[in-house]
Amino acid sequence: MPDPAPIRVQLPYHLRTLARVDGELTLTVPPPITIRAVLDALEARYPMLAGTIREHDTHKRRPFLRFFACEEDLSLESPDKPLPDAVANGAEPLLIVGAIAGG
Amino acid sequence: MSNVRVLVGTRKGAFILTSDGKRDNWQVSGPHFAGWEIYHMKGSPVDPDRIYASQTSGWFGQILQGSNDGGKTWFQPGVKPEDATPQWPPVKSNRFAYDASAETGKPLTTHQWYDGTQHPWEFKRVWHLEPSLTDADTVYAGVEDAALFRSTDGGVSWHELPGLRGHGTGPDWQPGAGGMCLHTIILDPTNPERIYIAISAAGAFRTDDGGRSWKPINKGLVSNMTPNPTAEVGHCVHHIAMHPSRPDVLFMQKHWDVMRSDNAGDNWHEISGNLPTDFGFVIDVHAHEPETLYVVPIKSDSLHFPIDGKLQVYRSRTGGNEWEALTRGLPQENCYVNVLRDAMSVDTLDDCGIYFGTTGGQVYASTNGGDSWSAIVHDLPAVLSVEVQTLA
Repeated sequence: MPDPAPIRVQLPYHLRTLARVDGELTLTVPPPITIRAVLDALEARYPMLAGTIREHDTHKRRPFLRFFACEEDLSLESPDKPLPDAVANGAEPLLIVGAIAGG
Repeated sequence: MSNVRVLVGTRKGAFILTSDGKRDNWQVSGPHFAGWEIYHMKGSPVDPDRIYASQTSGWFGQILQGSNDGGKTWFQPGVKPEDATPQWPPVKSNRFAYDASAETGKPLTTHQWYDGTQHPWEFKRVWHLEPSLTDADTVYAGVEDAALFRSTDGGVSWHELPGLRGHGTGPDWQPGAGGMCLHTIILDPTNPERIYIAISAAGAFRTDDGGRSWKPINKGLVSNMTPNPTAEVGHCVHHIAMHPSRPDVLFMQKHWDVMRSDNAGDNWHEISGNLPTDFGFVIDVHAHEPETLYVVPIKSDSLHFPIDGKLQVYRSRTGGNEWEALTRGLPQENCYVNVLRDAMSVDTLDDCGIYFGTTGGQVYASTNGGDSWSAIVHDLPAVLSVEVQTLA
């Protein structure tokens, strides 16, 4: 059985600096590929991100963040719903996007 | 010769200013954590190179940062990025979970909201970090919504001291316009069991048993804009200061009124005296003169800027009531900045240095007890906090 494709994730600028990564990152995520599974893998690989995308304990998404992939807003989907195939096979990234700041 | 290090928290990052004891030439390091709000930084009295910082964001929540080299490098307690592997547990240094267990205190889940209804307690950020006087790994955190947390492992994990919220008046606490924040923590240097804290807009509280039990210490405070001006709680305390040689004497800048207590907060009396306005946020005490106080009068609670566009520090050498304006070196026209509650501090050099930061991004310093001032840095983001370390 081939290794699962790496999952691509794009973080907002401030989370990239916190995690000390440049650009898009990739993660090995055990199937099924869901938002919860991706975030579990992300926090395991980059433990400094715990609590910054979803709250400790409740795992509730922080209100000023949204999840997008394949031009779809996945923010309000169940975290256990499988992500689109294009994300699961590494063709498209999961986008974690912060609300735009005005001013 | 001693050196001085000034820790400046701003809306868009942290800055560290350093100088030798002459305090003429300053080096500026930063921004650290660029783009993040740094509510407060403070060094350990036991190990001055151990610094704790509260890094916050409306988007990404709370981050706790630590440094072991005086702010040159930083780390999140419990995380070593260079060693991170999938086996590492998620960081907990930014987990502030309210304690509602029956074992440690009365379960308490709501406080009063702006409209008078009850509202769930929700953690938002750390306003103030107060390192222990005796152990570099022990540090207290004052948070919004108001509660006191303690870490005994260098900030890796945090546990609430639930006796404060659970002592009985918690459901009556309500937020001020800036949020319901626990912003002041004062550790008694002569009595390790005694801690003072202050909350906007609940008031001041004291423990005499190391944080297990608490009582309000607001007798003498009068808050005329409230339904019961002399209520046990509900006072918008902005800041409290204490001189370490006299831990029973406290000075308070309240929403309105400058107050003094000579009995550890059991009773307060007003010392506003001849101040042009007794609204303000900061208050501090000279390092070597326990009766010399500093405040920055602000026009009103509706107009958060100095009177007539003139930035003036007021000094009392008599423990209050008699105040003099200090203006030399401070802008005396067209100045409409604010000085926030944690943005004043003093050094302990022989010629005590006084420092304060403004929402206009200046940090002013005086090396002669306030007689004259100069901006040691300007054009920073809005300053949220200033702490000073005097280094051997």
